[in-house]
Amino acid sequence: MSSYTSQKPRSRVADMFQSKNAMGLMFMLPAAVFLICFLTYPLGLGVWLGFTDAKIGRDGVFIGLENYRYLWDDPVFWTSVFNTVVYTFVASVLKFVLGLWLAMILNENLPFKSFFRALVLLPWVVPTVLSALAFWWIFDAQFSIISWSLMQIGWIDGPINFLGDPTNARISVIAANVWRGIPFVAISLLAGLQTIPPSLQEAASLDGATSWQRFRLVTLPLLSPIIAVVMTFSVLFTFTDFQLIYVLTKGGPVNATHLMATLSFQRGIPGGQLGEGAAIAVAMIPFLLAAILFSFFGLQRRKWQQGGQD
Amino acid sequence: MAISAKNDPALNDDAEGMSYLNRLPRRLVTVYLPLAVFVFVLIFPFYWMAITAVKPNHQLTNYDQYSPFWVVEPTLDHIKYLLFETSYPGWLWNTMLVAFGSTVLSLAASVFAAYAIERVRFTGSRPAGLMIFLAYLVPPSILFIPLAVIVFQFGIYDTKLALIFTYPTFLIPFCTWLLMGYFRSIPFELEESALVDGATRWQILIKVILPLAVPGLISAGIFAFTLSWNEFIYALTFIQSSENKTIPVGVLTELVRGDVFEWGALMAGALFGSLPVVILYSFFVDSYVSSMTGAVKE
Repeated sequence: MSSYTSQKPRSRVADMFQSKNAMGLMFMLPAAVFLICFLTYPLGLGVWLGFTDAKIGRDGVFIGLENYRYLWDDPVFWTSVFNTVVYTFVASVLKFVLGLWLAMILNENLPFKSFFRALVLLPWVVPTVLSALAFWWIFDAQFSIISWSLMQIGWIDGPINFLGDPTNARISVIAANVWRGIPFVAISLLAGLQTIPPSLQEAASLDGATSWQRFRLVTLPLLSPIIAVVMTFSVLFTFTDFQLIYVLTKGGPVNATHLMATLSFQRGIPGGQLGEGAAIAVAMIPFLLAAILFSFFGLQRRKWQQGGQD
Repeated sequence: MAISAKNDPALNDDAEGMSYLNRLPRRLVTVYLPLAVFVFVLIFPFYWMAITAVKPNHQLTNYDQYSPFWVVEPTLDHIKYLLFETSYPGWLWNTMLVAFGSTVLSLAASVFAAYAIERVRFTGSRPAGLMIFLAYLVPPSILFIPLAVIVFQFGIYDTKLALIFTYPTFLIPFCTWLLMGYFRSIPFELEESALVDGATRWQILIKVILPLAVPGLISAGIFAFTLSWNEFIYALTFIQSSENKTIPVGVLTELVRGDVFEWGALMAGALFGSLPVVILYSFFVDSYVSSMTGAVKE
């Protein structure tokens, strides 16, 4: 064809691409400015602060790995790492098991189904700090309603020291975290369960599958992609938890419930050691990545679910 | 119904599918009983909160003479104390202001970003979408220390502005991600016919896309509002003076003092701080659930 016809569309196309990019950029600008100013930049600044001895009201100087070397020899830091891992692991497993169970119950033909769904989600909606205050009162050393009830039944003789004893405190904060996390897992998994066609269950039961087999071989594999995502988020929330611990124990007794996030806050803000606090926060990142990768890829859809070999 | 089957249930069962598994005694044990336990455990702390908030002080810890699960002569003293003798109303106002401001700000930024990523399809829109998702995974508890430094540098430390500007760090990624899903569900043809009719991109966004995305905007707005209402660590770190505190921070740092806990007032504070989000939630349960599961499902 002549150069006239081939040139004109090309220039128009180029023109459109340019304006498209210009427009895309313009539309992205507000979000981008915000996220760069208050997310990307702080993330970088946090890493930098971890290498300095910054304190509140004083810019730090670069001290290399000094903060990390100090933390390496700090038993409190290692306690917090241990606590965070245990807390995340136990709470996530419990949340998953109980949440899946609740989701399967809610997936039955229930009267007032939407009412129950709304009710069950309440712990997730209410501000964590405020519900944690209720738990603080429930876990009171003297007037705990749980202790009182158990004493009435006759299972225990005296009130349980929920938050004053290291082991009890760990169990208590995990219980409170699980309480708050179950609704999220349950409602998300319920949404996933509702996408599984009932005909598959019926077919399996005609083939003689027991209800356990139907659950393990039909429901679970079909649910696993959404389980992967839900649990990734759940692990992320649990690992970086701060509010619950801050309200219930502030890390005590004797640092038994300090998580990395609460330790980072304690050293960084009230303690004034911004550099050290930032270093603890940065130390969370590899654990966080590992946890996310594990729960994401560990639970990803497998080949055998699509008929191939694993 | 299958429950009335006489001799051989399988013969008399004319119900469909697998309902033969759903006989009442069986369902009682496998469904209703566990459900009752779940609901009891999940709701009890709220009941406990409410009952403590209206209990007179002498009943509060006297379990021998008064049943702890009930209240005789409920009192409004704790609530009166909370409303008239503490800064609680101010905190309520602050929380509302901050939640509203940051939600509006985030929604505005997110609508444009989501539209650009999903529909303008500029060079690099896919990486931009991925970046938004990754930004959603950055937890506030590793950002608050550097953010405190930045907030200080900007001179907005200890102001509500500090919160309004920092909350979008987790709201924008969330809202953008959610709205991208909504925009994806709007057929291309609508935009194309508007383009053919000579509408500009801006007109398409305002007159075609936005009206269709209203449910998505409501979902994102509700969720963003509750997220900022519930935020704690930034508010705790960036706010110092009592008159600028939000409810979660105010209740925890100012109502908890010394060794004598004012449990009544504390629980009343927790209850009233929860009520606005609960009311909002009860009106928009479906939007809320769809935004929660929508963000996860992707």
